[in-house]
Amino acid sequence: MIETIASSLLTVLSIEHIAYLAGGVFLGLMIGIFPGLGGIAGLSLLLPFLYGMEPISALAMLIGLVAVIPTSDTFTSVLMGIPGSSASQATVLDGFPMAKQGHAARALGAAFSASLLGGLLGALLLTAFVLIARPLILAFGSAELFMLTLLGLSMVGVLAGNSLVKGISACGIGVLLGSLGAAPATGEYRMSFDNIYLMDGIPLVVVGLGIFAIPEIIDLLRQNRAINEASELGSGWFDGLRDVIRNKWLAIRCAVIGTLVGALPGLGGSVVDWIAYGHAVQTTKDKPDFGNGDVRGVIAPESANNAKEGGGLVPTLLFGIPGSGSMAVFLGGMVLIGLEPGPAMVGAELGTTYTIVWSLALANVIGAGSCLFLSKWVSRLTLIPYALMAPFMLMVICFAAFQATRSLGDLVALLAIGVLGVLMKRFDWPRPAFLIGFVLAGGMETYLYQAIQFDGWSFLTKPGVMIIAFITVLSVYFAVRAKRNSGDDSTEAPAAAEPPRRRARNLKPQVIFAAAVVAFFGFALYDAFQHSFLGGVFTAGISGLMLILSLTVLVKLLRGQVDDPVNFDNEVEAGYDSDSTVARLPHYLYWLTALILGCYLFGYLIAIGLFFVVFLMTKARTSLLRTLSLTGAALGFLITLAHLMVLDLPRGLLQDLVQMPWPLS
Amino acid sequence: MNNSKTTFIANVTRSLRTSIAAVTLGAGALTLSSAALAVDFDGDRIEMVMPFKEGGGSDTWGRFYAPLVAEQLPGSPVMVVKNIPGGGSTSGANQFQLRAKPDGRDVLASSASTMFPYILGDSRVRYDYKDWAAVLASPTGGVVYVSADLGIDSVADIAKLKGQDMKFASQGATSMDLVTLLALDLLDMDVKAVFGMKGRGEGRLAFERGEVNIDAQTTSAFIKKVQPLVDEGKAIPLFSYGVLGKDGKIKRDPNFPDLPHFVEAYEMVHGQAPDSEAFRAWKSFFIAGYAAQKGLFLPKGTPEDVVQAYSEAVAKVIAKPGFETEAEDVLGNYEQAVGSDAQMMFAEALKIDDAAKAWIIDWLNSRYSAGL
Repeated sequence: MIETIASSLLTVLSIEHIAYLAGGVFLGLMIGIFPGLGGIAGLSLLLPFLYGMEPISALAMLIGLVAVIPTSDTFTSVLMGIPGSSASQATVLDGFPMAKQGHAARALGAAFSASLLGGLLGALLLTAFVLIARPLILAFGSAELFMLTLLGLSMVGVLAGNSLVKGISACGIGVLLGSLGAAPATGEYRMSFDNIYLMDGIPLVVVGLGIFAIPEIIDLLRQNRAINEASELGSGWFDGLRDVIRNKWLAIRCAVIGTLVGALPGLGGSVVDWIAYGHAVQTTKDKPDFGNGDVRGVIAPESANNAKEGGGLVPTLLFGIPGSGSMAVFLGGMVLIGLEPGPAMVGAELGTTYTIVWSLALANVIGAGSCLFLSKWVSRLTLIPYALMAPFMLMVICFAAFQATRSLGDLVALLAIGVLGVLMKRFDWPRPAFLIGFVLAGGMETYLYQAIQFDGWSFLTKPGVMIIAFITVLSVYFAVRAKRNSGDDSTEAPAAAEPPRRRARNLKPQVIFAAAVVAFFGFALYDAFQHSFLGGVFTAGISGLMLILSLTVLVKLLRGQVDDPVNFDNEVEAGYDSDSTVARLPHYLYWLTALILGCYLFGYLIAIGLFFVVFLMTKARTSLLRTLSLTGAALGFLITLAHLMVLDLPRGLLQDLVQMPWPLS
Repeated sequence: MNNSKTTFIANVTRSLRTSIAAVTLGAGALTLSSAALAVDFDGDRIEMVMPFKEGGGSDTWGRFYAPLVAEQLPGSPVMVVKNIPGGGSTSGANQFQLRAKPDGRDVLASSASTMFPYILGDSRVRYDYKDWAAVLASPTGGVVYVSADLGIDSVADIAKLKGQDMKFASQGATSMDLVTLLALDLLDMDVKAVFGMKGRGEGRLAFERGEVNIDAQTTSAFIKKVQPLVDEGKAIPLFSYGVLGKDGKIKRDPNFPDLPHFVEAYEMVHGQAPDSEAFRAWKSFFIAGYAAQKGLFLPKGTPEDVVQAYSEAVAKVIAKPGFETEAEDVLGNYEQAVGSDAQMMFAEALKIDDAAKAWIIDWLNSRYSAGL
């Protein structure tokens, strides 16, 4: 045992190993900074070279890449409100408001120090955990996994915002959108209108980008300012480091959560950041300000998502079951190198396992360290006027969305979810609740169905199920308590400090949106009855319940209950309606629609080029020369990336009708 | 209705494309005919369309073969893998059918998940295997095994399983598990399928957890991950699916010489060789799912000499000394079928007669609400 540990440690610390590891890390950082690409693109770039390489060196490069995925995607989450991957969606909630307040460097500092801590702790924990992981994973059957999705769902209570009915309804929209496509029990296609794209369900990346990034971009464009409201950076990355030290126990708890949840196959890493975020909200007693730039809302998910990568190694190495897309590629790489996962990884191959685990920790140090170092400069991006940034943002977002399934449908879905996101933001239907519902929908239905098939309803009496049920009840209790605390705060706060809240008097826009939500649930219910019992029972149950909840919202609004918490219209509350410098809400949605329509007609490359030129000339009012050089740089970058990644950019009708020379085809 | 409309548009687009292509071809006829004399890919980048996500079994298979085949092709071009996932691999194959150019610079990696919906007449399929030329087929095998708790030692005791509560964790009735589900049905075993697994790995996990008591794994997964359970006495292998001989008959799997194959198991249970619509359907899906699970295809209209060049390149890869040991982790211990052998295997899988096809579609619909 001691010998194995010592020899693995020697391997990890050898100069050659570190060099390859660092190579992987830097490749990962360069690519991973683009949202949506994450490490999967980097890994597929690397895979062709793996074959024929020295196994240990190849492994080092692979690990270097995997380790920095949840690190480098933090840049766009914090600075631009674009969730780089599903692992950093929760980071956006508080990271981006911090950037807007001029604390971008501090937020990044906190995020990367938390990542560093989470990654290291995760590896430490894993060293012992990997030995007992096998029985533990085997103890988590479908029943226990179903209960875990319920635990995740209980976080909705924390993230619901002002009105609980709206929060739960938003979550319901997410659940139903998440169960679009093939039913797990029968394979019947639900709510998909015979459309091949919808049959697969909407990809999480597209939903994350649409629901968070698009509304923020549009909001910033309407106000026509830089991301940073203050004209200079208010604090440095060192403050962020101090924040992590101050909240070290939170970071440690979240690292443990990340490792354990990440190690459970099937649930996937995509809920880890939400569970950690919810945990932070529930346990913070000291002046919580979550959602408006509370640094603890950055520390918790970042610590957890780096620890999660380590946890994700467990099912990958022990059972050959990858928990995430990046782990799937890692697994493919392992097979190409000639390493086969299985029980031997904690037996005869334990040394290799330890080498992998500690390499991951080391890669974290290198990755997070260099990000920390960079954050001072990168955070200056928030000072650039947004009209100049926006075309680049939209280009990157469309490119990222397109990575999901590489079809034009990704872009259309992005637009549709984007519109939904804009409206949810305006009427304060909590978007995090929506996303949690979306993320958990598939697992919830599948595991519930499987648990009943395996054990009947008696699955509820399994000890593991009861323990998780108990934790869920605790979580709800803490959520209620946290809510009451924050409620106390607002009553205690002197009213003079805050201007009186402006409330919407004209409820018509809200009524229309709420009616659309009700109609959606109604349609989902109708659709559920078109299928066999097993194919429709889950969506029928959810949509039936949601129909009632959303109807209460609608009725309240129709009755004109202005003072009820369901009434919220950001156009009024933020004063946009009376401010003539703010563009109208649909204005930039039209721009976005035009871009997507252009992609449909002329293909992505031509459309984005035209969009750049027109947008920069009319909105950013740059000179012709500058416009052309910016456009050229952007397109050149796109073409290079597409070529290296062996990617066809979306084609339009034009390309279908006429043979175009590369790269226009 | 929607379908016919899309097909119509696709047809118009295709015919427009063909006429445009004809014009371009006319202009390029000179270069083309000279190229036909000697196939040369010097300096080219060949794209292998991979209708799956990065990282899975098929992707790994393709990435294993790509550099090896490229190296042996005339001119030693670069071969890159282009992942186009979606629609259970029908999206990538559809794109290949629609867009691939017949010049040897576009190849398709196909797998069981691409072939099954084609045989079943899935509405998403817009491609036709009969248009393509196969240059390589990679077989795998599979083993069905049960939990030792059921109290049997081998397939000979299969009658003892009658009346026992048997469950199988499956990815879906129209997935590769169709072969297993149908085999168990043919053996008159009453097994309840629980769907929604993401991959066979999860099915094996459910077996290890004791949630199900019967499972099937492909050869490499069985050897690495189930054999230890067999050695511990927790799992009992029942039968393998066997391999397809050159005479079209099913033979014992060389990896499991002591294990009866499915046809033998059938004879043990029923006392006679199988010959029914159900069995003919099973054989088709067995070939598409196991005996010729993965294949490399060239698009419609690829000139004979290009197909020839590919077949020779693949043959050279396989003949190279040391290939077998190198390939064992990815391919398992199975003979790779090249050129006309590969074409023969795929033809055998597609040979399913109308009666057998009607039978299987009805079986899937009535038993599993497959909606075909």
